[in-house]
Order: sequence, then C-alpha cells, then structure tokens
Amino acid sequence: MAGRIVIPFGPQHPVLPEPFQLKLTLEEEKVVEAVPAFGYIHRGLEQLIEKRDFNQMVFIVERVCGICTFMHALAYCQGIEQLMNVEVPPRARYLRTIWSELQRLHSHHLWLGLLADAMGFESLFMQSWKNREAIMDITEATAGSRIIISTCQIGGVRRDIDAALQGDLRKTLDQIEAELRQIEPVFRDDPTVRSRTVGKAVLTRERAIELSAAGPMLRASGVPQDIRLTGYAAYGELDFQPVTEEAGDNYARIIVRLRDIHQSIELIRAALDKMPGGDISVPVKGNPDGEVVSRVEQPRGEVLYYIKANGTKNLERLRIRTPTFANMAPVVHLLPGLELADVPILVLSMDPCLSCTER
Amino acid sequence: MLDNETAVTLADLLDRVAGCKRDGFRFVTCTGLRSGDGIDVIYHFDRDYKMQHLRLHVQPGSELPSISPVYPGAFLAENELQDFLGLKVTGLPIDYHGHLFLTEDAPVAPMLKVVDKNDPGEGK
Repeated sequence: MAGRIVIPFGPQHPVLPEPFQLKLTLEEEKVVEAVPAFGYIHRGLEQLIEKRDFNQMVFIVERVCGICTFMHALAYCQGIEQLMNVEVPPRARYLRTIWSELQRLHSHHLWLGLLADAMGFESLFMQSWKNREAIMDITEATAGSRIIISTCQIGGVRRDIDAALQGDLRKTLDQIEAELRQIEPVFRDDPTVRSRTVGKAVLTRERAIELSAAGPMLRASGVPQDIRLTGYAAYGELDFQPVTEEAGDNYARIIVRLRDIHQSIELIRAALDKMPGGDISVPVKGNPDGEVVSRVEQPRGEVLYYIKANGTKNLERLRIRTPTFANMAPVVHLLPGLELADVPILVLSMDPCLSCTER
Repeated sequence: MLDNETAVTLADLLDRVAGCKRDGFRFVTCTGLRSGDGIDVIYHFDRDYKMQHLRLHVQPGSELPSISPVYPGAFLAENELQDFLGLKVTGLPIDYHGHLFLTEDAPVAPMLKVVDKNDPGEGK
C-alpha cells in the first residue's frame, strides 16, 4: 500500500477567494479522505439580534454575503412581512425580482471569471469580468451602489426604477447577452475545459438529495429544485421553470450556470414588460410575533431563514442556512477518489461562499 | 409554532427522521434555540416545496443522536448545535467538538447566554 500524506488545501489557495481548509489525505495523487476546517471568518451575525432591532437587522443580513446581499435582505424581509401580515405592493415585488436577478447575473459572471482564471484562461477571465462590470454599472444606476444596495425594506423597496433607467437596463441586457455569446463557446466546447470537467466529480441524483445539496449543485444532478418555483416576489407571474442538467459532473455545473444567466436575462426582460405601476412600499407598524421559515433561491441555491419573534423590537432567534453550508457535504463526499489536480475545479464548481457559510 | 410541525422526543427522533427519508423528504437544516428552561432543536425537511419540521425539546447539556446516518448532509448543522448551544451530538461522522466555527478561546455555548436587552452594545 502506498504511503499516505496529508495536504492542507487552503485556507489560502489561488482558487479560494475566501479562506477555508480541506485537509486532504492522499495515496500518491489520489484523495482518500477529506476533512473541511472552518472558523476563519465567523462573525456571529445571527446573534446580533440581541443588540439590533428587527428593522436594523435588514442591514445586518445584507452583510452576510458580499455577492447575493439583496437576496439575504429579501429572504429576511419576506419572513418578517409574513409574521406581520404585510402585503407588499405588486410593483415592489417586480423590483425585488429585477434586483435579485441582477445579483444572480453578477454572481455567475464572477464565478465564470474565477473558473476561467483557475484553469489558466486569462483572457476568458477578463472577458467574464468585463461583462460583470456592465451588470455592476446598471446595478449602481438603478440602486445607487454596486454591491450592498440596501433597496429592500420591510414592506417593499426603497427605490423605483423609472422609464429611462428601464431603457438603460434593457440595453445592458442586450449588451451582456451579445458578450456572453462570445465567451460561452469556450466554456462549453474548449477541449481543455472539457477534459477537466466532463465526467469529473459526478454527483448522482440520489446522492445529491441525500446529501442535501442546493442550487446549481443539485440541479446539475437532474433535480428541478429551485425556490423561485414557489412564486415568491414576482416569479409566480413570470412563467419560471428551473434549469437542470443530468450528468451531475463539473461540466454540468458550468452549463447550469450558463443557462441560468440566459434565464436571468429573460426574467428581467419579462419583469420589465409586466411590471405594474403603483406604490413601491407600504408603511409597517408594530413588532413581529411568532415563528416563520422564509426561503429564497440565491445564485448558489436555496437560503433558509428561520425567524422567531416575540412581539418586541428584538427577535428571539434568527437562523440562516446558506447554500454553501448545504453544499459542503456533497463536496466532502465527492473528494475521495479524485486526483489532487481535480480538487480545485470541484471546489470551484460548488461556487463556495465562506462569508455566507460562517456568517 | 411553525406550519407542519411535529413534536418528537429523544426516544423516537431517529425513527421519525428515518420516516421522513422514507417519505421522500430532503433534509434542509436544523435550528437550535433557547426555549423556556431548555433548548428546542427544529429539524427542517422539504418535499416538493412543502416544508415539514420536527421539534425536539431537550435540557441544556443534553446528548442527542446524530441524524447523519440517515441524512449524511446533516453533520455541519449538528456541529453548529455543539458550538452555539453546548449540546452533545453523538455519532457524528466528523466531530469538531464545539469548534466548527468557534476558536478555542471563544465563549462556550454563546447562544445559551441570557442577554441584557438594556445593554446598547457596540457602536451606540
């Protein structure tokens, strides 16, 4: 039997934008065991409910993640609105959908760039992030800032998107779509990309469900699970159907995200076409009381907010289960048997977000 | 109380969780929280976008069995129960012994602490 060695993958590693570690036990070049280690960026955000009231917590949960920040606020606000029987105006639901999909577009382009960079495709990395810049610019134009946009509030949204900005948004979508047509064939067809992803790290449908996978990790294994199908915000009025692939390998996870991007563009166009006029928020009085679970589909998958309130301004418990937290178990399961050289692409195929995971 | 919630005991927890799996439910996560003089652990499941919750009430410091033999994806959420609420989960495939996220010098079971609501906290 070959001797075993333990390789620390991370906490600092070229493919990890944020720190965590995999302790990989190897026999020659093959992984035989993997144990993840965390705790590098835990901030205790859930416990801030003790110091911040339920309205202030909107700004706290936005800071759980620097990528899908709006969707954290959305999941939280929807939960509080359910507890307080607040009905959000229809226009606000559409605006929430538009900003959610803009963040999905930016997140997936960020990921495409990281993947390209990890595989040595410098130009592809820059092309992907160039496209992302256009998304960030239109996000800033519509919301006032690029990342933490703070447009979601309990009872609706803080800003409207007027007709002129809607026109700018449509032009940006056309531009993104045209640019994507230039770079997408490389991700789909390049022999190097295919050799590093097709048939690698296959997660079967049954194991994906058993291991509680979420988002593209789950849908790339043929499971049509996407919380947008529940119809929250305006998704119930936009003829939404989840994107799935069947192979369950690294390549399928790339294809799911590429198709997600096209779908997001179409969802924003549809939302702009159908968005009604009217108010963008309703006044909310009183304090929440009771327990609720609220779920939203983030770029990495389902996020779950459990909220317990007691009629005071401070919540009793806020629990946030993010998609990367759910996808760690499938990755740990997929690592044994993999060549060491394939580990970075598998880890990236999860699109890990450690700020979300540790909160 | 949540919609579709069922109370379970330590004695029947694993049977009820196995029943969820037989019925086609996907484990989503578990949540621990202070409840009266004890702790509630809520196990959240999903099937066809409908959630089901099992609520277990235990005393602080209790031992409870891991559901990872049934749902292998549960081990991280169960380790969180050890970190933040000081529960002991037995049979974990990877046991961080209360240090999944918390460092060696971090407060023990910080979510068990009773908080002074009049303390304005940092930044005020």
